[in-house]
Amino acid sequence: MSAHNKVYIPRDSSSLSMGAEKVAVAFQLALQASDSNDTTIIRNGSRGLYWLEPMVEVDTPEGRVAYGPVKARDVESLIAQGMLEGKQDHPLSLGLTEEIPYLKKQQRLTFARAGIIDPVSLDDYLATDGYTGLKRAIELAPQAIVDEVKESGLRGRGGAAFPTGIKWQTVLGAEASQKYIVCNADEGDSGTFADRLQMEADPFGLIEGMTIAGLAVGATQGYIYLREEYPHAHEILDEAIAIAEQNNYLGDNVLGSGKAFYLEVRLGAKAYICGEETALLESLEGKRGMVRPKPPIPALEGLFGQPTVVNNVLSLSTVAIILAKGADFYKDFGMGRSLGTMPFQLAGNLKYAGLVEMAFGITLKELLYDFGGGSFNGKPLRSVQAGGPLGTYLPESQWDVKMDYEEMAALGAVLGHGGVVAFDDSVDMAEQARFSMEFCVVESCGKCTPCRIGSTRGVEVIDKIRAGEDREDNIELLEELCETMVDGSLCAMGGMTPFPVQSALKHFSEDFS
Amino acid sequence: MSSSLPNATPSKAVAVDAAHLSAITSHIDNNEQKPGPLLPILHDIQNDIGYIPDAAISEISKRLNLSRAEVHGVVSFYHHFSTKPRGRHIVEVCCAESCQALGGRDLQKHAKEKLGLDWYQTSKDGEITLEPVYCLGNCACSPAVRVGKQILGRVDNEDFDELIEELTTVPVTLMEGR
Ligand SMILES: Cc1cc2nc3c(=O)[nH]c(=O)nc-3n(C[C@H](O)[C@H](O)[C@H](O)COP(=O)(O)O)c2cc1C
Ligand code: SF4
Ligand code: FES
Repeated sequence: MSAHNKVYIPRDSSSLSMGAEKVAVAFQLALQASDSNDTTIIRNGSRGLYWLEPMVEVDTPEGRVAYGPVKARDVESLIAQGMLEGKQDHPLSLGLTEEIPYLKKQQRLTFARAGIIDPVSLDDYLATDGYTGLKRAIELAPQAIVDEVKESGLRGRGGAAFPTGIKWQTVLGAEASQKYIVCNADEGDSGTFADRLQMEADPFGLIEGMTIAGLAVGATQGYIYLREEYPHAHEILDEAIAIAEQNNYLGDNVLGSGKAFYLEVRLGAKAYICGEETALLESLEGKRGMVRPKPPIPALEGLFGQPTVVNNVLSLSTVAIILAKGADFYKDFGMGRSLGTMPFQLAGNLKYAGLVEMAFGITLKELLYDFGGGSFNGKPLRSVQAGGPLGTYLPESQWDVKMDYEEMAALGAVLGHGGVVAFDDSVDMAEQARFSMEFCVVESCGKCTPCRIGSTRGVEVIDKIRAGEDREDNIELLEELCETMVDGSLCAMGGMTPFPVQSALKHFSEDFS
Repeated sequence: MSSSLPNATPSKAVAVDAAHLSAITSHIDNNEQKPGPLLPILHDIQNDIGYIPDAAISEISKRLNLSRAEVHGVVSFYHHFSTKPRGRHIVEVCCAESCQALGGRDLQKHAKEKLGLDWYQTSKDGEITLEPVYCLGNCACSPAVRVGKQILGRVDNEDFDELIEELTTVPVTLMEGR
């Protein structure tokens, strides 16, 4: 029989959605039946290689080896063919996990621990360099922490790409009796799942980042505003927060520093607009998620009117890496003004959908083909929406674009939160344009007329175009409507909904005839 | 079997609300010390009772010193909160782009036909409410469906039918097992 063995079976939402729980139960039963009690099942997060999930791993002297995608009915044959000893005889064998090209080619910084550790094991976290950033931050003056973040070049990963260190400087400089750190975990963008994976695979990374932010700006209370659609992330975060509290990583006196930091998860309630930071704050205060006019900016008057850092899950988690490894290490990755790495999320009609963390500057084509492997169903790819539901659709002629904030902006496109959704040639781009408008109808907070009424009109006009009614006049009308929305909306919901519509009209006009 | 289901007929709804009153009170008690307690209270009530009954709106407005219109305004703003009783299972089908790219629109259509329901409608037997959702973060395994805490990936029409079958037949054994 094997020496003491560990079998890793993921527990993140997507692995579970592909049957990981059934696989875990099957292993449990098989191990009980074989009365070998020297094998432990560890429920890790996912590596983000989702076409291989549920991907089961086993420790070997050479490193972890993987098998996938595993179904419950494969468990018996896997064990029979020696997978517990790491043998690679079974057809589902994938060899050494770290040598799987999709993973090997990546530059994992923010996601360095994803899928490797048990997300709710503080020991695992500490054994993989966890909390070195916080320990360093405790030794530093607040200004020095903020300087380090500024120096790293980190820009907000939630979509707007605002420099994180500059935001923190404003909050540090503000005088107030109470300041807040709010983590934006609303991850409303379709085609994105990096925040979810981060929270489900490495929740202490986020907790550490938020604690560092608290020390940096002098905030003692943090909230994670989590979308209701993520029940597993909720469970894992609550568990991790409780463990951090028990071990003095959160609470009255964080690691004996004399500084307090408390953290709480608050749930959203299905409203895309609550990802917009001011609507999010309204929601946290218990109100309708209506966008606030700026100024005042949240950094000065945020939650309950107090100075507030609002940052995305990935921005805050990355801060922990920056403090641990230093700004110079981090900004060595990337290009131009887009420094560090970006967790791209490959979704839609791709063969190898998953998380790809790479330095900025990789081309869209490389993501689609070198990583994504082309379409899932073998048909030619035709259109790609990057940057969430408010992002443009890119035709093949634009797929050489380098994935960096400025290069995308030069095309009129956005990188946003890093989502990449691919469509094959059966896509009807007029139908996609209609959906963009429809989504705005459903999700507008209702404050501005161009957004609220414009989107409803947009749906009607596109319906007319698709029905062949006064095509040219109606296309002109649609174009005007888009311009009105762009110019007359208070926030990017109304202001960017036209982007996918305009790009569909421009690059796929044949679908509107 | 569905005795725990909130009853939809108006006269009985009042009685049910009265029975829920102590639950509502305790959810308010548990949260009112929190800064910004309204959403946590609403979540707890909906998790417990299945929806936000009228009595809850009155009680919350009294306790938090808000007008009924304010509380109602918040409840109605969020797609998640329902002021009507819903089914024992909430089946959410993802309607967003990644799922669209892999047949999500067909799945939406199939779900509606199979259940004979439109969005936000509940089956006559009170078993299932069908709801749209815009992304479940399961876009690498599209199309996606959610039932309660369970999220499913790569769902085709047949998988959907199986799911409905399980939801409408298995509960008896599930309840025994608890
Ligand atoms: C309509 C709309 C939706 C948004 N949704 C999100 C979201 O789900 N998650 C997020 O982090 N930022 C979202 N943002 C961006 C936030 O307003 C804000 O820029 C961000 O939370 C700041 O954090 P960062 O600087 O770390 O990116 C959204 C913005 C708009 C206009
Ligand atoms: S653009 Fe739309 S979502 Fe944004 S503030 Fe105006 S109405 Fe609200
Ligand atoms: S778009 Fe359907 S799960 Fe994300």
